[in-house]
Amino acid sequence: MKDTVEPYVTEDGRTIGGVLMELKHITLKFGGVVAIKDISFDIREGEIRAIIGPNGAGKSSMLNVISGFYTPTEGEVWFEGKKRPQMRPYKVAQQGIARTFQNIALFSGMSTLDNIMTGRITHMSAGLFSQAAWWGKAEREETANREAVEKIIDFLEIQHIRKTPVGRLPYGLQKRVELGRALAAEPRLLLLDEPMAGMNVEEKEDMSRFILDVNDEFGTTIVLIEHDMGVVMDLSDRVVVMDYGKKIGDGPPEEVRANPDVIEAYLGVSHD
Amino acid sequence: MALHGASTDELCSIPALLARNVRLYGDKPAYREKEFGIWQCWTWGQANDEIRAIAMGMLALGLERGEHVAVIGRNRPAHYWAMVAVQMCGAIPVPLYQDAVAEEMAYVLDHCGARFVVCGDQEQVDKVIEVQDRIHHIEHVLYNDKRGMRKYDHTHLNWLKDIEEEGRAAHARLEPELEARIAELTWESTCVMLYTSGTTGKPKGVVLSNRNIIETAKASVEFDHLGQDEEVLAYLPMAWVGDFIFSIGQAMVAGFCVNCPESPDTMMTDLREIGPTYFFAPPRIFETMLTNVMIRMEDAGDLKHALFKHFMEFAKDTGEEYGMPRYRTKRSRPTLRRRLRWMYRYAMGIGFAIETIVENAVRGFFVRLRHPLEARKYFRARGPLLNLYPQPLRDYFNYRTGEVLVYGPLKNTLGLSRIRVAYTAGEAIGPEIFDFYRSLGINLKQLYGQTEASVFITQQPDGQVRSDTVGVPSPGVEVKIAENGEVFYRSPGTFVEYYKNAESTASTKDPEGWVATGDAGFFEEATGHLRIIDRAKDVGKMADGRLFAPKYVENKLKFYPDILEAVVFGAGRDRCTAFINIDLTAVGNWAERNNIAYASYQELAGHPRVLDTIQAHVEEVNRSVADDPMLSGCQIHRFLILHKELDADDGELTRTRKVRRNIIAEKFADLVTALYDGSDSIYTETEVTYEDGRKGRIKATLQIRDAAVAPAKASGQVAA
Repeated sequence: MKDTVEPYVTEDGRTIGGVLMELKHITLKFGGVVAIKDISFDIREGEIRAIIGPNGAGKSSMLNVISGFYTPTEGEVWFEGKKRPQMRPYKVAQQGIARTFQNIALFSGMSTLDNIMTGRITHMSAGLFSQAAWWGKAEREETANREAVEKIIDFLEIQHIRKTPVGRLPYGLQKRVELGRALAAEPRLLLLDEPMAGMNVEEKEDMSRFILDVNDEFGTTIVLIEHDMGVVMDLSDRVVVMDYGKKIGDGPPEEVRANPDVIEAYLGVSHD
Repeated sequence: MALHGASTDELCSIPALLARNVRLYGDKPAYREKEFGIWQCWTWGQANDEIRAIAMGMLALGLERGEHVAVIGRNRPAHYWAMVAVQMCGAIPVPLYQDAVAEEMAYVLDHCGARFVVCGDQEQVDKVIEVQDRIHHIEHVLYNDKRGMRKYDHTHLNWLKDIEEEGRAAHARLEPELEARIAELTWESTCVMLYTSGTTGKPKGVVLSNRNIIETAKASVEFDHLGQDEEVLAYLPMAWVGDFIFSIGQAMVAGFCVNCPESPDTMMTDLREIGPTYFFAPPRIFETMLTNVMIRMEDAGDLKHALFKHFMEFAKDTGEEYGMPRYRTKRSRPTLRRRLRWMYRYAMGIGFAIETIVENAVRGFFVRLRHPLEARKYFRARGPLLNLYPQPLRDYFNYRTGEVLVYGPLKNTLGLSRIRVAYTAGEAIGPEIFDFYRSLGINLKQLYGQTEASVFITQQPDGQVRSDTVGVPSPGVEVKIAENGEVFYRSPGTFVEYYKNAESTASTKDPEGWVATGDAGFFEEATGHLRIIDRAKDVGKMADGRLFAPKYVENKLKFYPDILEAVVFGAGRDRCTAFINIDLTAVGNWAERNNIAYASYQELAGHPRVLDTIQAHVEEVNRSVADDPMLSGCQIHRFLILHKELDADDGELTRTRKVRRNIIAEKFADLVTALYDGSDSIYTETEVTYEDGRKGRIKATLQIRDAAVAPAKASGQVAA
């Protein structure tokens, strides 16, 4: 199944389209350290793609390559059928790739509303003076953006913390606000770096539901890194497994779970 | 009191009242809902269009006269509209509790035989689909919130907006039919069917006619001089009779605006934004508000804390006289003279307020110099210097100063600044809590009512408000006390029957129309006010024949902020014992201040210092119970703090949060035994239901404490 590029419909009725992003022979070196070694895989339109692996396997580096924060030492990133030249992260963001961070990176003194508003930055074009004078285009844009933000607040059910500074919120809600900020950019590809780390079971359930809803309602393609195997196996359509910078498995969750290399990487195998 | 006949002004149904409101107040706001951060508003005219469109859409789906339509969802205008639309079609709306689990819902859906179900969102639709394989008569499910519904099989599922569109498209064909059905509605046709929360046994469907609802609403609107410009916040469960009377009955009769909060979590913020003029809340809400205020005052600076204490103390005696809003008999714009007087008062208040702050800040500074660590203990605030004024004016200006410094800002924070009339009912309210709100100048009153009476049985008139009575009979209501102390009433609001339950109807309502409330009470001779003691069937005898009134003791316990719920046992036994639920907010806050770490309710509930505190409360209650010679036997000898919070999902409380005594006694039978066999601790396991319906078990070892008992005051002269 993974070799075909034909669109298909999953069991729960979602449509998985053609290839949205393809990573070809990516290698990433920091001096002498090889973080990622010759990894290739693709991300298809509308799917939930998980990247898993033990600590230090290079998962976050991979996400940083996709988001344009790191430029791969070797290899190519193809996005929407075109080879992506080396570009700055904000340019990548403008292409429709948004992300959340492993350690929450919100503006803790600002309210939930303002934080999510910052996600709309790619949709603002009014100039400095127009913004300062709050006139004409700036005002119209702000209204339109606020409307989009309110829809996201409604979607994520965080109306009650709209005006609360995010620094005062519990961890689980901060994660949700961060997801909201990423969604505000209306991305085609959403990168989630450990969205459920450090959450309790209830918060994980909520977050899983939101991830599925985002994928379902907006048709957003999602790449996520996660350690909770239960969550990964339930949520994702396909899984990439990394270990020591190498890809050791790729395919649907059931297939990956049965892969002996993956079992070895996660559980260890006695060599006798 | 005519039992038959029509309304004097031909307005004998909710749709008829709606038509009148459209005529009179067409462009005034009728419904508001906060959605996407903005208050969306519908005028009476717009609401009427929506309601008619829904009604015609339902006709197009084949809604018949007289059938029941279930409505499940949180308070949203569309759900209220759906109910009125159902009435327009000649059918009967049946609102259900939205937080009921699928099992509970199944019984009611089955009992009322609904073919149509209107759901709020995906969660409710899921529950209906879950029970649909057992209840085959459900044919059409309509939903209001589209989210997550895309993938569902839509053969019998419709979005409410689509139904409206369908109705609008077919209006030429359906309009005459709709008009005919509206015209058929009479004084005696059923307005709504509401299920009782069922303290004991299965819920019963109470059938209320148009006459019941409209006449009651009219009388109560007049009683409190409610006008067209009132604002109310609709946040109580739609399945509860109170919400139906306030948000549909009175709103339609008086023509005022119903505001729906954005989500249940934002209720407090929305309350503040709307600033209702007419407000209804169970005592629990007032308790929570007060607890939050107290917690926040603990965190406030010394000066604020001291001023708060001083002025609240002052208001206790003077609030009733100087704080209450003027009761309006006729509507008129304030004259220039009144405006000037108001400005003068406010200016004086501000002047004295500045003086008070400065004075106390200076004094506070010196107190802090002398007692740097315990300033709060030694610093008492002082009121403004008013030596030049004669005594009555002093109090008056003192209160004005307090209004500027404390009462006004506090009322504003709570969202109660504009309250003209507020009611509390359902449970007894703690006298301290009641007096707190009244001394702030909030006209909080009590009423006594039940579903079967369309709410109103007795209520307190303005100016005759006390915390220990529930007022005088409402207009048009006759009340009598039976020999055994049970309260009976007869009123225009008296329900028609229990649906499909003639037996219960006959045992509750006698042929002359008198209805048994199931509560024991008596009239105070001096004032004519009714006082309720307890549920008549809960009032029992102890082994030695002394009177046992559990609710009386439980209420006294619950008045402590630390105690959320209490269940007292003792019927047929030689002494009383109790289960206690602590209030996690209040006790949790206390624990934080005292460096007590805890991870869960269970852990905090088992902490020895918490037990000490609760023991002190119990002993205090025992002393106060001992003062009453009739009830001195109800003192609590032993108690324990439960390892879980009592919850409606586990069947321990009703959906309106009333204790289900028998079920609790059965479920925790091992604990009750332990309370009576003298053991110090007991190990127990309990099954709990999570919000999504799954089950789990919690295990705990509970400590049992003995509480000191006070000797009865009037020495043992208790008749058996």
